[in-house]
Amino acid sequence: MDLVLQLLFTGIGIGSVYALVALGFVLIFRATNVVNFAQGEFSMVAAFLMVVFSVKMGLPYWVAFIFALLGMACLGAVFNLAVYYPLRHRTYLPVIISTIGASIFMANTTLAVHGPEPEVLSGWFDTPGFMLGPVYLDNQYVLIIVVTALLVALQYWFFEHTLLGKKLQATSQDKEMASLLGIPVAVMIMITFIYSAVIGGIAGILVAPVLFVSIGMGATIALKAFAATIIGGFGDVTGAIIGGLALGVIETFGAAYVSVPYKDGFAFLVLIAFLIFRPQGIFGERVAEKA
Amino acid sequence: MSMTATTEGAAVRPRLRWGLPAYVVLVLVAMTLALVVPKTGYVLNISLQATTYAIAVLGLTIVLGLCGQINLAQAAFFGLGAYAVGIGQTEYGVNFWVCLLLGTCMAAGFGALLGASTLRLGGHYLAMVTISFQQIVTLVLINWIPVTKGPDGVRAIPRPGFLADGSTYLAFCIFMLALLGFLVWKLRDTRLGRAMRAVRDNELAAGVAGIDVYRTKVTAFALSAVLGGIGGALFAGGFSYVSPDQFSFAESVVFLTMVLLGGVASPIGAAIGTGLLILIPEWLRFLKSIPGLYLAIYGAAVILIVLFMPDGIWGFVRNQFDRFKRAAGSVLGGDTLQLSGGGTGSDMVMEVRGLSKHFGGLKAVDEVDLTIRRGGVHALIGPNGSGKTTTLNVLSGLYRATSGTIMLNGRDVTNLPPHARTAAGLGRTFQNIRLWRSMTALENVMVGAERPGNPVGGDSAALLARSRAALAFVGLEDRADEVVANFSYGHQRAVEIARALAGDPALLLLDEPGAGLNSSEKVELRDLLKRISARGLTILIIDHDMTLVSEVAQHITVLNFGRRIADGYSADVLKHPDVIAAYLGTAPDVAA
Repeated sequence: MDLVLQLLFTGIGIGSVYALVALGFVLIFRATNVVNFAQGEFSMVAAFLMVVFSVKMGLPYWVAFIFALLGMACLGAVFNLAVYYPLRHRTYLPVIISTIGASIFMANTTLAVHGPEPEVLSGWFDTPGFMLGPVYLDNQYVLIIVVTALLVALQYWFFEHTLLGKKLQATSQDKEMASLLGIPVAVMIMITFIYSAVIGGIAGILVAPVLFVSIGMGATIALKAFAATIIGGFGDVTGAIIGGLALGVIETFGAAYVSVPYKDGFAFLVLIAFLIFRPQGIFGERVAEKA
Repeated sequence: MSMTATTEGAAVRPRLRWGLPAYVVLVLVAMTLALVVPKTGYVLNISLQATTYAIAVLGLTIVLGLCGQINLAQAAFFGLGAYAVGIGQTEYGVNFWVCLLLGTCMAAGFGALLGASTLRLGGHYLAMVTISFQQIVTLVLINWIPVTKGPDGVRAIPRPGFLADGSTYLAFCIFMLALLGFLVWKLRDTRLGRAMRAVRDNELAAGVAGIDVYRTKVTAFALSAVLGGIGGALFAGGFSYVSPDQFSFAESVVFLTMVLLGGVASPIGAAIGTGLLILIPEWLRFLKSIPGLYLAIYGAAVILIVLFMPDGIWGFVRNQFDRFKRAAGSVLGGDTLQLSGGGTGSDMVMEVRGLSKHFGGLKAVDEVDLTIRRGGVHALIGPNGSGKTTTLNVLSGLYRATSGTIMLNGRDVTNLPPHARTAAGLGRTFQNIRLWRSMTALENVMVGAERPGNPVGGDSAALLARSRAALAFVGLEDRADEVVANFSYGHQRAVEIARALAGDPALLLLDEPGAGLNSSEKVELRDLLKRISARGLTILIIDHDMTLVSEVAQHITVLNFGRRIADGYSADVLKHPDVIAAYLGTAPDVAA
């Protein structure tokens, strides 16, 4: 039973990261109807920026954190201008291909600049963790869970209770109408990309002390985050969060009870199972039917 | 440039007869060169890699180029073929050819399974699922050590005896590439190829034209996997060593880049893209000294190609040629179109009883009865929002009826999908024209003629003749070989009608055919409808233009708020007080 609780905690912790990245997916998808296959690379780049600022340059942790997020905001803007915006009037296929190209470009540019060695990034806290009853709570996992919860709450407030949030929602639901009402659609899309890059970056920095900071971390996280969005129901924010948490838990239990080397395979098996039996996900509406 | 001719050989272009012999000569020359020219091991390896990769890239020409579906697991299918040949021969002593066949079947099986599970959904899902499949295959190759030998890979993979020599094997691979490339090129202008292109250009219209969209997509996907498997099997024989990193996601992206760079539309593009992307990195070997730089350039190249050269190198070259191309001077057959009107069954072509379609609480169509007699023109009219188009969409199967029954030519079609209704004898056009814009007028109409259940049936020559006749009927035979995207709105509408007519349906549904036409085009449309009717085909038309409706329709049904408010002969219905009230409103002081 203790082991189950322990695994549950770890699963929710890692699932929170998937949920954060999935959130970035969903936001861009709702704003542009495009799945950004480079979403995971945002996390990877942010983690490396953090390594540069915090470890290599020796800046205080929070200064490095802010610098890294500023860097991500710039990256999100450049990404929008170079990868999405010129293709906005084409079908989804060129855009998918373009974001895949961007993902490879970002991963390998980082590799070329930095080299293949993984880096270690220490966490926010000096102490590793504490016991709560029978469960050992790793500080970093606690931080991940808390920050994810805060961000989700903040995002809810932002979208539901601010004018900018409402404008972003309007843009995502009907660009033409939004633009007729005087909402600068291009600016809204730009904001979405910047926000997604930043939120992906936060996820990357949070998870970095748990994993290693490596070139491959982005692709792995992105795939799982995408699986999370499908499990939760595509384009649904609540679904993305529940899906992410569920996936983290499934994966942790799978690794503990079934097989460690195939740990990364569970997400994909769950994904394919969902696609076959419940493609609309837990919360989603029917995907097909459009005339 | 003898290969130019081979791709231009569309349906009827007699002047290109020399294309095939030239191709055969070219291939024989290439094979001879492979056999007799002395090569270093390095050149042989590069050539083998290029040929076997090109076969896998041909798969992407089918799935992405023809059918418009993405496949990011081509390296996994390539790996399945390669490992089948590797493990099968070294561990189980199975014959090379049997291994090749097994590997291909395995790739086909997984391809079909993967496609079958996701192709009902949008393209994003397919992209992600193929990536997932790719990752799972890589994980299995690395971790299932007892079978796959893990990261060390499989060594000392033999070739069949008579191909043991490297040069002979290369010649054989060139032969296979040439053969498969030829088949893929031929595929474009077959029934299946046209169906794939129709699905790519407009899925909805493809379904309504009688194409089983889902099956077409799964077929394309499985064919792509098959080519991946064959390429991989030959690759394993060529290099005698396979390891998991040769079949990773990065390689899938390389395949994708190859097909995009060369041009997705043609097998020649696949060959060009593969050749370039194998050679260029060899020329730029120094880039590999910095890890990642080479793939970073790859990634940037993908974005740049998508941005600036969407048709790839070959597509770009083709576009330059097309500017100087003469219009094909084909023989005009004239208007010999015959319409059977669904035969001489019962008096009723369509009987609809109690048809309802609810969207949540909204009753868009509510308990509508509709009886369409054989022969003549039946109009369905009503004010905006009265449920006309919804009714048509339920009739053609795009929406599922909430309740009620639809009988077509004596057969219950209520629960059939669109393509099956078309097979049962339904033809339709769309209010917002849905043609396959990258295809020629003739190709568009041919897909219509190829609908399953077309009573004309017969061989492809008969269908081709019928398609030309249908185009002649709407007055566009001289433009048959032009791509429809360049047609005027009125002509596009005419092609859409010709497409439906070519299938010789029992009932033709026209969804606001007059919308967006100018007054002279409307006169032409009216005459066209009268001529169709005169040849015995029953028409159900929806339109707002009361002049048009009153001129062509003998029978009118009026809907308002989803309910039928009048039904009968045109003259009577148009005088009906409820109809006048629905269209013009009622004066408040004389409210009924």
